[in-house]
Amino acid sequence: MSQENSAGIILSANHLVKTYTQRSGRFGFGTCQIKALDDVSVQLRTGTTLAVVGESGSGKSTLARCLLQLHPFDSGEVIFDGIELAKIDKDALRQQRKNLQMVFQDPFASLNPRMKVGEIVGEGLLIHKLGSVAEQKEKTMQMLTRVGLQASDAEKYPHQFSGGQRQRIGIARALVLQPKVVVCDEPVSALDVSVQAQILLLLKELQHEMALSYIFISHDLRVVRHIADDIVVMNKGKIVEIGKVDDVYRAPQQEYTQHLLSAIPGRKAA
Amino acid sequence: MTEILKIANLNVTPKNDLTRFLVKNIALTLSQGKTTCIVGESGSGKSLTALTIMGLLSKQLNTNGSVVFQGQEISQLDNQAMQKIRGAKIGMIFQEPMTSLNPVLTVGYQIGEPLTAHLGLKGTTLKDKIAALLTQVGIPPERANSYPDELSGGQRQRVMIAMSIACEPALLIADEPTTALDVTVQAQVLKLLDELKTRMNMAMLFITHDFGVVADIADDVIVMFRGEIVETGTREQVLNHPQHPYTKALLACVPDAEGLKELKPIDYSWLEQVA
Repeated sequence: MSQENSAGIILSANHLVKTYTQRSGRFGFGTCQIKALDDVSVQLRTGTTLAVVGESGSGKSTLARCLLQLHPFDSGEVIFDGIELAKIDKDALRQQRKNLQMVFQDPFASLNPRMKVGEIVGEGLLIHKLGSVAEQKEKTMQMLTRVGLQASDAEKYPHQFSGGQRQRIGIARALVLQPKVVVCDEPVSALDVSVQAQILLLLKELQHEMALSYIFISHDLRVVRHIADDIVVMNKGKIVEIGKVDDVYRAPQQEYTQHLLSAIPGRKAA
Repeated sequence: MTEILKIANLNVTPKNDLTRFLVKNIALTLSQGKTTCIVGESGSGKSLTALTIMGLLSKQLNTNGSVVFQGQEISQLDNQAMQKIRGAKIGMIFQEPMTSLNPVLTVGYQIGEPLTAHLGLKGTTLKDKIAALLTQVGIPPERANSYPDELSGGQRQRVMIAMSIACEPALLIADEPTTALDVTVQAQVLKLLDELKTRMNMAMLFITHDFGVVADIADDVIVMFRGEIVETGTREQVLNHPQHPYTKALLACVPDAEGLKELKPIDYSWLEQVA
């Protein structure tokens, strides 16, 4: 088992390029190309959190989706645990998916309203055929209680929960498979500030317990400061700056990063 | 300084359960040229308070108490009388710029609606005024012919602002106007609102759950918790010397850009004991 390869990098992307074709011109007969990712390379160290920040349209979410092979990309490679994900076949990729999970932004849209919470959380176990039915059920219950819900909540439907609780369900669904990498796409931006603090602390605790590595996508630079170890700043599909969180916040090298940091509300009065 | 709005003993309850207070015993005063921020979590009654001022509450809800706007008691006015005030003397900006604009009308038309309804403007005077308003909020005037889906989130919110200030209201209510926006766009919109408030000498009631925004824009701060006001004071007082345990707890769960402090979620059971 090569849990960690040479430098302790669990997931890396090299020279990713992704272009979207958009209709343009009169009646949409013309097309134009939008480079959502332009030669993007990132590395996620094992057991750490890499934050990807940038404005809307900077390519953050596209990067997340390409890393997880949810979107095909034009060129470049994504290497997880020594395996080049784009090269392996469908079945092998499906095997790997249990190691690569995602927590979505909108806790209202990302849970199937017709499924019970227990079914939502347990579905991954069912698909990957992990354990007997009884074991799956037990694991689901454990995970639900671990994220701060009750075992009896498994019989309820998503609409019976608040936004923060739904995000806990989303986290339980991602973590029940004991993944190695979790991509969190703006997991707290739809939440109230007090609930946000709860979820951030939960994510941190779980990272230590389960030795998770996070890719954390956010536009809130205050949140990133608290959760991330490394940071990638993106603008218009390109990486502007990359480095340790402490260094980037203390001494941002690029004008764009300085601009982003100066826009954080509450800096004047603080 | 002129007093624009004074609320006293305001209660909001569901009609079928008059003992359950959604908003309880609210009192506040807004003055000309000042920004007052209401801060609190979801369900604390921030938006209900704003909607009560506007007379836009659901029919399922019952209110009592007094809302005095420019010397006139408006809480008991009928819909017709309220419509003369709404949009003309009190402007409102909502959180979600996409759902609050009509997708099948051009933004110019929508900005023009309050101008026609309240001031009777039409023809070229109307067109000129729309162009002037768009320029004022930083959108090229030729964008008047665009539909909301052709604009970005920040631009849409600017259109909402143009619409709300069209009739030069004495009071502007902004309900989480920047929550759906990017951090850089948020900074621009906050700056714009602050400039407009100063230039037009409006009173502004700004609802938010983000203490960072409060620090940037507020003169006075009101903290709400479960329908009640737990603390009021100037920005300085509330942010730097909070008195109420809830305010302290709420401030403790706001992440800071320096990463110096430890995040602490609110412990409600503890709060119930001390409060």
